[in-house]
Amino acid sequence: MTAPTTERPPTTPPPQAGPPGKRRTVPQRILGFFSKSVVNVVLLIMALMWVIPSLGLFITSFRTVGDASSSGWWTVVTAPAQLTLQNYTDLLSNSTITSSLLNSVLIVVPTTVLVVLVGALAGYAFAWMEFPGRDGLLIAVIVLLAVPLQVALIPIARLYGWLGIFGSIPGVILFHVAFGLPFAIFLLRNFFTQIPRETLEAARVDGASEWRIFVRVILPLGAPAIASLAIFQFLWTWNDLLIGLIFTNAESQPVTVAIQSQLRQFGSNIDVLSTGAFVSMVIPLIVFFAFQRYFVQALLAGSNK
Amino acid sequence: MTATVEESTSQTAREGDQLSRSRARRREILVALGFIAPALFLLGILVVYPMVYTLVRSFYNAPGDEFIGWDNYVTMFTSDSTFTAIRNNIIWVIVAPITCTILGLIFAVLLDKIRWSTAFKLIIFMPMAISMLAAGVIFRGMFQEDPEIGVVNASVVAVKSAFSSQAAFPGAKPRPDMGVTEEGGIIVTDDSVTPGTSVTFPLVGVRADALGEDPTPASGPPQPADAEVTGTVWLDFVRGGGGVNGEVDEAEAGLGGVLVHAVADDGSVAGSARTEPDGTFVIAGLADGEYRIALPAANFTEGASGVPWLSATFITAVVILSYVWIWAGFAMVMIASGLSATDRTLQEAARVDGASEWKVFTRITAPLLAPVLVVVLVTLIINVLKIFDLVYVIPPGNAKPAANVIAVEMWTVSFGGGDNQGLGSALAILLLLLVLPFMIINVRRFREERRR
Repeated sequence: MTAPTTERPPTTPPPQAGPPGKRRTVPQRILGFFSKSVVNVVLLIMALMWVIPSLGLFITSFRTVGDASSSGWWTVVTAPAQLTLQNYTDLLSNSTITSSLLNSVLIVVPTTVLVVLVGALAGYAFAWMEFPGRDGLLIAVIVLLAVPLQVALIPIARLYGWLGIFGSIPGVILFHVAFGLPFAIFLLRNFFTQIPRETLEAARVDGASEWRIFVRVILPLGAPAIASLAIFQFLWTWNDLLIGLIFTNAESQPVTVAIQSQLRQFGSNIDVLSTGAFVSMVIPLIVFFAFQRYFVQALLAGSNK
Repeated sequence: MTATVEESTSQTAREGDQLSRSRARRREILVALGFIAPALFLLGILVVYPMVYTLVRSFYNAPGDEFIGWDNYVTMFTSDSTFTAIRNNIIWVIVAPITCTILGLIFAVLLDKIRWSTAFKLIIFMPMAISMLAAGVIFRGMFQEDPEIGVVNASVVAVKSAFSSQAAFPGAKPRPDMGVTEEGGIIVTDDSVTPGTSVTFPLVGVRADALGEDPTPASGPPQPADAEVTGTVWLDFVRGGGGVNGEVDEAEAGLGGVLVHAVADDGSVAGSARTEPDGTFVIAGLADGEYRIALPAANFTEGASGVPWLSATFITAVVILSYVWIWAGFAMVMIASGLSATDRTLQEAARVDGASEWKVFTRITAPLLAPVLVVVLVTLIINVLKIFDLVYVIPPGNAKPAANVIAVEMWTVSFGGGDNQGLGSALAILLLLLVLPFMIINVRRFREERRR
């Protein structure tokens, strides 16, 4: 990277420095113009443009409705006294929001565990076991990876009504698990196939059962992929709106659904909206910053969702 | 060695071995089925069966008791709201994935050149972690029309007013019967004047806040030279009463910064000037002839105002922008990892051979990246086709019809009050059909990877 810049110092262009093939073309001049400082400035501006939206929400969540509906959040620069924790104390005493936060946890944790467990079992079978129809089923899983969940909404709403679990948390969990599975199987199968054959053969020769191999060999060796999947599924489920919107009611709604119901009066509900949206962001952001390496790996490993 | 030992085993032993081997094989299959059974059960009941059900349901009417053939599909393409939804989905699929990919590509390539690349990556990638609902709340706030509240319009207005010194006196009218009248927003003298004369524009109806804290008192028109027309534009009104209508009295305020045109007989503008703070102006350099003096309408329109981003005209663009804000980071991370996986020695070799940076990029880097770019594009297209949350959250009620997409329409029709699950099923099947080509691409890619 640095070699070409040191090769041609910009101030003195000695004629012998450039062989005939090195004549600067127009695009090259454009790229030359994009020297490091310009790149730095451009990326700095982009970074600012990416930060300002979240920053605005964050600051708005500390302002009263009156302030937020009469002046912009950037006015805190000149009048920082207007900031208040009132919205947060209000929000935490708002039982609709707090119980929806609890619902989110009750939905997300079992979903993540089930997706990882069921996905790992199937992923192991697809990676290391011989059974008839294996390749066909694997292709089917890849096809299902892209199926829009809209095709399942109407029949499952009916099915849940018939089973009597419409509006209940288990119903939401099952839906999330089913639509999380193709990605889980695909991701874990790909990772498990990279486990060295000798490791598995050694365990099999020792007479270990498949279940034992799964628990003692596959799960520990597959930990990085499982972590990636778990993070991904956690964020995916936590951030869901559509499934919650359809399959939950006022008692079982997750935080995203509770917040969206305030959207109709955007201006007058801006205190609940901004604070609620920020609270709903906190958990994913903690998970993201703590485990972002795994999250990125999950995206890289199977990016079809 | 082992081969000879195996050959020497007896026939019966081999048969017994085969028998136990096939028994072991059957056991193996059963174990494998045990491992995949939970997944197959869930996928079968909650994904595959619903697909079939939805397909069948899409040929039935709203309550689901009568087979109506293709009617739902015909409705889909003829009803206004579904047709808007389909059209918007097409816009989305064309614009959003490509914008994300191009931005991601630029970011990924430029990342190498800065020292704070890790911080930059985190910043751009962070929106991926938050819900589309939160992103929607953020963008709806940012694009509020009132420039006092929405940060985007605050910037728009700041830029607009920085680039124009235009005075704005909205609502100003000429005092009646004083020789000037208003024609279609323009305030103009009734009679034509020749150079060397003065005109007066007594105006009323100027808002107090447009004058400012401490307005300059108006002065009478300057003495005109031969080729000049001079005049005064002022607020012909004394607070608390008094003064003579149509004359520049002592306590009356001049209107500064007003654009004045001298309009020739053929309608062309022969000369123009801007008023001083005391309201006086001098239009110089006029040839002999008759002119009407006019104050263009631009003087009396509202000052720079915000753009109605959340109205029907712009709403889809705003929602797509919010999508790009979220997903450009995904494209960047994918492409950056693709870049780091490519063999840098090729690029270095080309540079040593004297290839320009541009050539290195177009001839070596881009072709090496092509597979990654395809993966990113396909993933984003599949994702964009199903877009729901952002379109559901960002548009305010009156802009919702204009922002409609298939997934939102499907929800509205079947759950959000439309109560027509037949049409809803047909819309779901349409989504499935739209995703189908990209499923095939995925399967092909998977097969090719396995062959390698």
